[in-house]
Amino acid sequence: MDTEMQTKMKIRDLKLWYGDFEALHGINLDVYSDKVTAFIGPSGCGKSTFLRCMNRMNDRIASCRIEGQMLLEGSDIYAPEVDVVQLRTHVGMVFQKPNPFPKSIYENVAYAPRIHGLVTDGPDMDELVETSLKKASIWNEVKDKLQQPGTALSGGQQQRLCIARTIAVQPDVILMDEPCSALDPIATAKIEELMDELKNDYTIVIVTHNMQQAARVSDYTAYFYLGDLMEFGETQQIFTAPTHQKTEDYITGRFG
Amino acid sequence: MKDHTVRRFEDELNELKATVLSMGGMVEKAVRRSMKALLEHDPKRARKVIERDDKINQLERDIDQMTRNILALRQPAASDLRFIISTIKIVTDLERTGDMAEGIAEAMLKSQETPLTHLESLEELALKATAQLKKALDCFARGDVLLALSIIENEKSINGMFQRIQRENLTYMLEDHRKISAGLMAYSIGKNLERIGDHAVNIAEMVIYMVQGHDVRHIDHETASALVTSNIES
Repeated sequence: MDTEMQTKMKIRDLKLWYGDFEALHGINLDVYSDKVTAFIGPSGCGKSTFLRCMNRMNDRIASCRIEGQMLLEGSDIYAPEVDVVQLRTHVGMVFQKPNPFPKSIYENVAYAPRIHGLVTDGPDMDELVETSLKKASIWNEVKDKLQQPGTALSGGQQQRLCIARTIAVQPDVILMDEPCSALDPIATAKIEELMDELKNDYTIVIVTHNMQQAARVSDYTAYFYLGDLMEFGETQQIFTAPTHQKTEDYITGRFG
Repeated sequence: MKDHTVRRFEDELNELKATVLSMGGMVEKAVRRSMKALLEHDPKRARKVIERDDKINQLERDIDQMTRNILALRQPAASDLRFIISTIKIVTDLERTGDMAEGIAEAMLKSQETPLTHLESLEELALKATAQLKKALDCFARGDVLLALSIIENEKSINGMFQRIQRENLTYMLEDHRKISAGLMAYSIGKNLERIGDHAVNIAEMVIYMVQGHDVRHIDHETASALVTSNIES
């Protein structure tokens, strides 16, 4: 493994309960900076639950209890003084179903930087909207219709708009929960190409049920099974010679 | 190991393996037959070996088609991927081994005009080489990495035997220049047998990759052996 590798998020012995049910049994994982890490595993293995722990999306679930450490650049994101809204500007999320705000394309991108006070309206905001849309590889498709509603775009464009919206607050980490499962193969390829570009500037974590997608886009892969992290390693190693039989069974389609 | 959830895929992999093994069986037979033809001065048998090489070649094409289909349609991963990659390479070694047998059969037909001497050495080498080939097919069939290691280890003794044959023939040719064509033919048969041994080693190396994911080609035997056995113990 590359010794130059920098750890963006360090997770130690993270446990999570929904009421009495222990959904995650002590996860230890390093998420490397400027790399794409994929979480794979069968439904109910805990991969999405774990992803949502990474920007405290589970806080809203009353019965949910978390133990252990989730460090972002050395600071525990579950420390009492952490402002969750601020945290989510550092760790953004893109969801399965594209969910643009019912506002214009421009406003979709400008909204968060404005409410966080990062940029004021005017030329600075115009520039931020443009660079964010460019980074999300959608600028050329929308530059002439920035005032049109975001919801009028195609599914794949909406998803890239949501990525632009996430990028606009300049996060460190982008979490993606099945970002392509509602998209056709061409829109999927565009998002995958985009991820490859984005990882120059951002750390990306993606949950996907599509193992070929995990193989294509990620540098590291983590295999979750029944609330445990079974195996973590370089993606090419996981897909050619996994260490654990459970990983092997899953990625070769011998599961269940 | 558990079966694949998709039965058809499981069937395709089993069929592929069975086809490789039947090709292996044909190749093994070709090598034995070509040597038998040589030692028993049986041109009919030699011609049969040459004729049957077409069938071996056809199997190579069939197997390549099967592996292409699996790669394109099933996107195999992990042990399945290693099995497919190993198969693609092993098939080439088997096809070449078939060509070596064909070469021996052709040499036999030519040797009718110039009788060969030193056949005992060639016979001894042939026994070793065919044993290596048989073991290579067994280790592929069973995924036996220890057997694969022993094949790799045996390569040295085959090479040693071939060098002896070279020396014998050289001396023989130096003694009497009329014996040069017979000597060259014996040399070429020896070379073919030595190559058969090399192909068996290639197959053994691919079996280790197939089973454990270690690439043991072009590294010294001790390192390879340590890699393979550490994986078994853990």
